[in-house]
Amino acid sequence: MQETRTISLSVNGEPSTIAVPVRQNLVDFLRDTLGLTGSHVGCEHGVCGACTLEVNGAMVRGCLMLAVQADGAEVITVEGLADSGRGADLRQAFIDRNALQCGFCTPGMLASALEYVERGGSSERSAIREHLSGNYCRCTGYQSVVDAVCDVIDGRAQS
Amino acid sequence: MTGPLTIFDRPNSHIGKSVPRPDANRLLQGRGKFVDDIQLPRMLHAAFVRSPVAHGRIENMDVSQARAFPGVMAVYTGADLVAHVEPYVGVLDHLAGLRSPPQMPMAVDVVRWTGEPLVMVVATSRAIAEDAAALIEVEIDELPPVTDMERALDVDAPVIHEQYGSNLAWERTVEAGDPDAAFARADVTVVERQFRFGRHTGVTLESRAAVVEYDPSENMLTFWYSGQAPHMMQFILAKHLGLPEENVRVVSQDVGGSFGIKIHTYGDEIATAAAARILGRPVKFVADRLESFLTDIHARDHVVDGRIAVTADGKIAALAFEDITGIGPYSMYPRTSAIEANQVLNLTGAAYTLENYRARARVVFQNKNLMSQYRAVGHPIAMVVADGLLEDAAHEIGMDVVEIRRRNLIRDDAYPSTTATGLKLDDLSHHKTLDRLVAVMDYDARRAEHAHLRDAGIYRGIGLVSMVEITNPSPMFYGIGGAPIASQDGTTIRLEAGGAIHVSSSVTEQGQGTNTILAQIAAGVFGVAMDRVKVTTGDTRSTPYGGGTWASRGAGIGGEATLQAAFALKQQVLVVAATILQSSPDGLDIVDGQIVDIGSDGGGGGGGKSASVRMSLSDLARTVYYRGNELPSDLTPELIATRHYRVTDVPFVFTNAAMAAEVEVDPDTGFVKILNFWAVEDCGRVINPDLVDGQIRGGVVQGIGGAFYEECLYSEDGQLENATMADYLVPMAFEMPDIIVEHVETPTRTSVLGAKGAGEAGTGGSPAALMNAVNDALRPLGASIHQMPMTPERILKALGTV
Repeated sequence: MQETRTISLSVNGEPSTIAVPVRQNLVDFLRDTLGLTGSHVGCEHGVCGACTLEVNGAMVRGCLMLAVQADGAEVITVEGLADSGRGADLRQAFIDRNALQCGFCTPGMLASALEYVERGGSSERSAIREHLSGNYCRCTGYQSVVDAVCDVIDGRAQS
Repeated sequence: MTGPLTIFDRPNSHIGKSVPRPDANRLLQGRGKFVDDIQLPRMLHAAFVRSPVAHGRIENMDVSQARAFPGVMAVYTGADLVAHVEPYVGVLDHLAGLRSPPQMPMAVDVVRWTGEPLVMVVATSRAIAEDAAALIEVEIDELPPVTDMERALDVDAPVIHEQYGSNLAWERTVEAGDPDAAFARADVTVVERQFRFGRHTGVTLESRAAVVEYDPSENMLTFWYSGQAPHMMQFILAKHLGLPEENVRVVSQDVGGSFGIKIHTYGDEIATAAAARILGRPVKFVADRLESFLTDIHARDHVVDGRIAVTADGKIAALAFEDITGIGPYSMYPRTSAIEANQVLNLTGAAYTLENYRARARVVFQNKNLMSQYRAVGHPIAMVVADGLLEDAAHEIGMDVVEIRRRNLIRDDAYPSTTATGLKLDDLSHHKTLDRLVAVMDYDARRAEHAHLRDAGIYRGIGLVSMVEITNPSPMFYGIGGAPIASQDGTTIRLEAGGAIHVSSSVTEQGQGTNTILAQIAAGVFGVAMDRVKVTTGDTRSTPYGGGTWASRGAGIGGEATLQAAFALKQQVLVVAATILQSSPDGLDIVDGQIVDIGSDGGGGGGGKSASVRMSLSDLARTVYYRGNELPSDLTPELIATRHYRVTDVPFVFTNAAMAAEVEVDPDTGFVKILNFWAVEDCGRVINPDLVDGQIRGGVVQGIGGAFYEECLYSEDGQLENATMADYLVPMAFEMPDIIVEHVETPTRTSVLGAKGAGEAGTGGSPAALMNAVNDALRPLGASIHQMPMTPERILKALGTV
């Protein structure tokens, strides 16, 4: 039950070699072992999107991936985004638009929104809404999140 | 009423401005502090075995294998905790006749709902605790469950609590005027409908969680909790764990959604506290999503048979209904499970002049999860019944739904007024909000467009609601009934040595922006910039006593306490400054962190063009704190002020709103697309427009959830069949409309600040507007629906398609 395996990975640019329980999912490893509690656990079955984070350039559900699967991977969490400055305009737009309330969905919502913005998504509201449909937010009603993403896309287009 | 009325006009006032939340960046950088983020030395983790059946007698529980499992530190059954926890009872004195038996954190002999905690396993990790829990064998002799609330009062129904002789928990009837005579009049049209409201739940994205640390050396229990009412929890933990109240500290940091879910007493959390105390080690419990669905309080679950009588000129002659609601096997502690039904009686038709009214509510026990207060308690039921009946009646007599409202809404100049049940109403603006709504949504043009589209086989509809919301509750809500739930709140403001201020308040932050509005009020009234304000909330050790944030009270009550405290601190500072500067307090003001002279043409509000800077707040504070030798010995400055505030003359401060939905129904699939939603609301003085709009929009969307998607589906034998996020549908971004929000501001005269609440209007009002809109769309097809959620299947059934 407590079988472990040693993995090497980079989390927010910091390398680690560490033994992890083979049954532990990635988000629990990040939170409990590395103390990176910015990624949140909402449903543990891949529906709510609160644990969305980046693995090797792709946004994944941290609850649906085992830590051992991240052997050799580059992982970026919400803390890493903040430290590197990546997505700073998106975070500022979330502040300006009040696109978060309790903040629990926010790390995952940011990750999904950043994925959309960085891949050149359009500022068409229905397209943004469709992209964010895998991220559950109980507080905002989503409108302010869509506003924030629109602002960033328009801002990046002008700069 | 005390305090300066010029605060809203001060040049450095932040009240009324969309100030960004100072705490947003922390949450955006992943630096929030939620309960599950807490890791303490030697912390253990709890997992629970829960009842797999809805009703049954516990015959045997074999915990031996679990106890022997490596890493397991303790296993407790319900019986094991009897010696450690005093049972709790969810009744209040002012809900006369409400009955509910004593409850323990875990079932002791009989299980009464699927998911009820049976055994707690405490281990070195959550995974080990769950592994061990899976080894526990439970034998339960099943008893017949009572799940259908409409049959719970049948004479042959099994009785859940034998000592009561029936499954009735509470009953109340209210009557005004002579409804029988009004319904019998020859000149009225009577419309009767049955409304069905499914059970749904809060689905906070952060599930319920507790970390509990017990220090035996000081007999001190610290409870980190994801919740809304720290002082209430302090009392409950002290009372039921047998600790002196001052030896319990409750801390609520970031809370990942609450909505009324996290304001109750949950057995698993009490058991976690008991375990921490017994073991002398910190214990963490975090509900997983299945546990959330099974045990977070559920809401609604009403069947209402209602009827309305209207005259040919559209006047409501009478309104009457019978409501039955199922609350699970116990009334929730300490707020009870009867408040929602009581609010339905209080609120139905409260927007309208209503002389003849009769309503009866019956609250029944059943073998499902407990039902209790969730965002907009009772409001959606009350608004759907009143405005659903009213719009259907309007169509019966051939009157427009806006016109019939204009003929019945209480006039804006008729306040103070009272509801049919005697509740005082004041400072409302139903007509003004309705007029604004009609203009904003371009009502007439939209109606004409719909008629045109119907010819092309496109079925669109418009529905409205004119609603009231209960906010800023007084002690009449809970305190009068004996609950440890404060209606007053307090704020302490301290001048910091660096010239900043620190605000400490008993209201709490769950994301709505409470801390921000407290900072706005304090900064503006006192006279510093927003970035010179720090706010602490959610800690029983360091904040004044108060109720916390629920029932839309944070801004109205906590805000007023903050305003008064800021004003008091300012007066203190000006007295000290006048002494140091050999001036008069009346001749000084605080602007942007500086003590200034009020210039002769400064207008008295501070910041006049001839105001001159005399000294900084930092200089003043450092003089007082560090160089007292420079002060006259008879000057004993405090530089800290506390004020408490409660609503006194009315039970609640009502707000109002007019809302409308525009939908398109696909008669082939039963799917409904929400095209537009408008909300024109009046929460009195708006402190921060962006934050209020966020409350309204988020609230509307939660109402959309209840109206179209969310339902806790139980089987006949009491199994919750959709207890995952994949199966229980909630509003997601793609289906949601953009929501247009407008404000009418009629400040409440109960406070200087004038703010009413805004947290529940959206959830309380939107279901009625949505149901009316769907029925407007269905009407040409000869169909109607009065059941929520309005699923595609139910709409197709209403159409006779399936």
